[in-house]
Amino acid sequence: MAVVETRGLTKVFARGQVGAVLGVDLLSREGEFLVLLGPSGSGKTTLLRMIAGLEEPTSGEIRIGGVVVNALSPRERRIAMVFQSYALYPHLTVLGNIVFPLKAQGMPASEREKKAQWASGLLGIGHLLGRKPRELSGGERQRVALARAIVREPSVFLLDEPLSNLDAKLRASAREEIEQFQKKIGTTTIYVTHDQIEAMAMGDRIAVMNHGKVRQIGTPSEVYDDPADTFVATFLGSPPMNLVEIDGAVVGFRPEHLRPAGSAPSGGPSMSLRFRLGHEEYLGSERILYGTLGGGRFEGQKAVARLPSTHGRRLAPDEVAEFEISMRDLKFFDRASGTRSSPVPLS
Amino acid sequence: MSDGRPAGALERVLKRGILLAFSVALAFPFYWMAITSFKRTTDLYNLKNNPFLFSEPPTLEHLRLLLRETLFLRWFANTCFAGLLVAVITLALAMPAAYALARLTGRWGEQLGIAIFLTYLVPPTLLFIPLSRIVANLGLQDSIWAIVVVYPSFTIPFATWLLMGFFKAIPPELEDAAMVDGLTRFQAFVRMVVPISFSGIVTVVIFAFTLVTQEFVYALTFISSAAHQTVGVGVPIYLVRGDVYYWGSLMAACLIASLPIGILYNLFLDRFIAGFTVGSVK
Amino acid sequence: MSPGSPRWLGPVMLLPAIVYVIGLVGVPFVLSFFYALGDVKVGSVGWHFVGLANFRSVLENPTFRHALSNSFVFTISSQILVLVGANVLALTLKDAFRGRRFLRFLILLPWVAPVSIGSIGWKWILDSLYSVINWVLVRLHLVKPLDVPMWLGQPTLAMISVILVHTWHIMPFATVILLAGWTAIPKDIPEAAAVDGAGYFRTLFQITLPMLLPIVNVALLFGIIFTFTDMTVVYILTRGGPYDTTQVLPSLAFFTGILGSDLAEGAAISLFLVPLLAAVAWLMLRTARRAEVT
Repeated sequence: MAVVETRGLTKVFARGQVGAVLGVDLLSREGEFLVLLGPSGSGKTTLLRMIAGLEEPTSGEIRIGGVVVNALSPRERRIAMVFQSYALYPHLTVLGNIVFPLKAQGMPASEREKKAQWASGLLGIGHLLGRKPRELSGGERQRVALARAIVREPSVFLLDEPLSNLDAKLRASAREEIEQFQKKIGTTTIYVTHDQIEAMAMGDRIAVMNHGKVRQIGTPSEVYDDPADTFVATFLGSPPMNLVEIDGAVVGFRPEHLRPAGSAPSGGPSMSLRFRLGHEEYLGSERILYGTLGGGRFEGQKAVARLPSTHGRRLAPDEVAEFEISMRDLKFFDRASGTRSSPVPLS
Repeated sequence: MSDGRPAGALERVLKRGILLAFSVALAFPFYWMAITSFKRTTDLYNLKNNPFLFSEPPTLEHLRLLLRETLFLRWFANTCFAGLLVAVITLALAMPAAYALARLTGRWGEQLGIAIFLTYLVPPTLLFIPLSRIVANLGLQDSIWAIVVVYPSFTIPFATWLLMGFFKAIPPELEDAAMVDGLTRFQAFVRMVVPISFSGIVTVVIFAFTLVTQEFVYALTFISSAAHQTVGVGVPIYLVRGDVYYWGSLMAACLIASLPIGILYNLFLDRFIAGFTVGSVK
Repeated sequence: MSPGSPRWLGPVMLLPAIVYVIGLVGVPFVLSFFYALGDVKVGSVGWHFVGLANFRSVLENPTFRHALSNSFVFTISSQILVLVGANVLALTLKDAFRGRRFLRFLILLPWVAPVSIGSIGWKWILDSLYSVINWVLVRLHLVKPLDVPMWLGQPTLAMISVILVHTWHIMPFATVILLAGWTAIPKDIPEAAAVDGAGYFRTLFQITLPMLLPIVNVALLFGIIFTFTDMTVVYILTRGGPYDTTQVLPSLAFFTGILGSDLAEGAAISLFLVPLLAAVAWLMLRTARRAEVT
């Protein structure tokens, strides 16, 4: 069990800036599930690989458990990694895959046997030990990859988008398995994904990355309710936060906070707006309304609202209704830099 | 390197060194052919001279001798003639067969495909004795026609296998659409599939040509007079007076016989490999 | 092929190719058995069954036994050299670099040039008087000027020369196949092995090489066929000499059957290739089946 820390970690590539990491300071907490979230090319995988020792940093320090590991090989860092493709050894059985790291350590056969039983029991794959990877389903392969990772009892777990190769249907249950697994063993885990739903569901904290930098790191509710800049604000949440430009400032509010008058969920002082419906998407449990705002400085701005289906009556297309937003749900951003700024009076 | 980290400087130098050593060893004979072709005979056979250097100025005499006073050009013409015909015959027979196998559903297709591949493993050095009799009975002995008739027996299997892979990669919807529009299956084949498989066809032609040039056993067995020979047999066997080889002209001939094929192969290698892999990946 | 086509279309499209191949491969193959079991000579009429007499006389012939052993020695030695060399070469070619295309052209030459041409080239390089190799050896003071190796004239050296020329000829072919195999290994497998704590050699021997095995099989089996059934290198380099010491099965079959006009005995000799070919074919089918399952 260890804490992962990076100081000024940088990686530049000769072939361009895609995937580069530009000076990241990170400090994980013991036993936490930390998610590195960002679009492709944001540097999240590069960051993970540098922590693993598979990629050499251009500058900066990596510490695991307080020890500087820059010069150490992946094996010496006592980390375990689950790759996007799982990277199971195709010519070895499931058991062979699981004991491989133990063999590499020089562990005697009887101990290996015990550890393998423990790991496979933990993941419920005891009945698959004799099979080869090609005979397994996607979910089973994930469990084997996890078993192989856990069998060495590493101090840090690194996972690189393990769910992205799975069928959409499978993803939810596989996600839950990983969550439960991590809670059970309690090892510090760093998890890379581009899927914000995964990040929100699984992470104790989320580090949102873009263009090689960490824009914000915080708990799911911190990054969702209190975004540090427009990137974080629009990356999290689907549909993304509405961003409206008013007098040189940028005002943001989430679709679920734009409600018909009298029903704003957050209470407190609120702002009234008119909303003309353009078109609507019915998703079963909720409705997404696309339309235009009216009233004061918001006149003519496009916005998206999100209502539970159980709520009130439906609007007809082109109908204009009275909507409201709680003042505390309005977030202000600096127009030039995109960072959060203090509230600006709106009249 | 094996842990994903970029290769260190030492590793890179080692790799380059090994690569260079191999390249030199493998290409050396051709370099040597080139030097020998242009060295004067007196320089060539003077044991005191450094063989790597031109102690006398280079000459085109060997080339002249080769082209003017030997049957080399005749062999070249024979080979091209045979190559062209063999390519045509191969295409004419392999294309329909490959198409039928590619679209034939069920285990039949698989089995036949494998059977075809297996015939490719039966070597000329097993068949050449009975074939020499067959060729004689057909009245084709000592004629380039023996080559034209016999060679397709080993170009067709490989060409069929190669084209099968190409055809399988073409979605059947294409022919389905053509047939809905009123063409018969065969017309759909000729008018839709064949034009698309152009690169496959070119590959087969190149392959047939190079095989004709490279073949030795059948040509040696069936053709007895020098004038009717192909390049592959004529050069090593007939460029000799008694026991003495005309090394200068011989090496010049070797160079001419090797380099064009080499260049062609280098250009088409990726296609060949694609042919191999496309054939095996369904 | 049923949708939209008459049922005879498939077979008709297949037939010409099948007839051709059966005619010129199947029929001679069967004929060679007849010859071997008969007394056919060039120019003879008629055929008489002589049972296994040809095979017996062939087996009793010391030249044949020597040729048989040569076939195995040449094939096994050259394939070992090729496998090691081609793997090393494939590893150096795996990652792209400038000039790779040109080097690849050079490396391919021994395979794409006609084997007869390459062999005659080597004959000049190994010539008893003018060998450039000997010149270098003398210059490096490794041999005395009057005691140069007779590469093609002395039995052991001649065998070594034949093995080396075979190796030289097959190396590019094996390299191309192995290169395809090496590049097919996903990048994250060796990385996973590194994370799992495996060092360079453990990864190589326990992970990468086993994954390469199907491809190595293919290269090896093809190489065995090409070498075992080849007569060209021997014919051109040594004509089987000195004194039949470098004969191999195919070249002996040629000398006996064609030049010696004894078709029956020649056929019998060449039929000894069949068991090996059958074994190789069986092994290839097994490998192919396993590879398809992956």
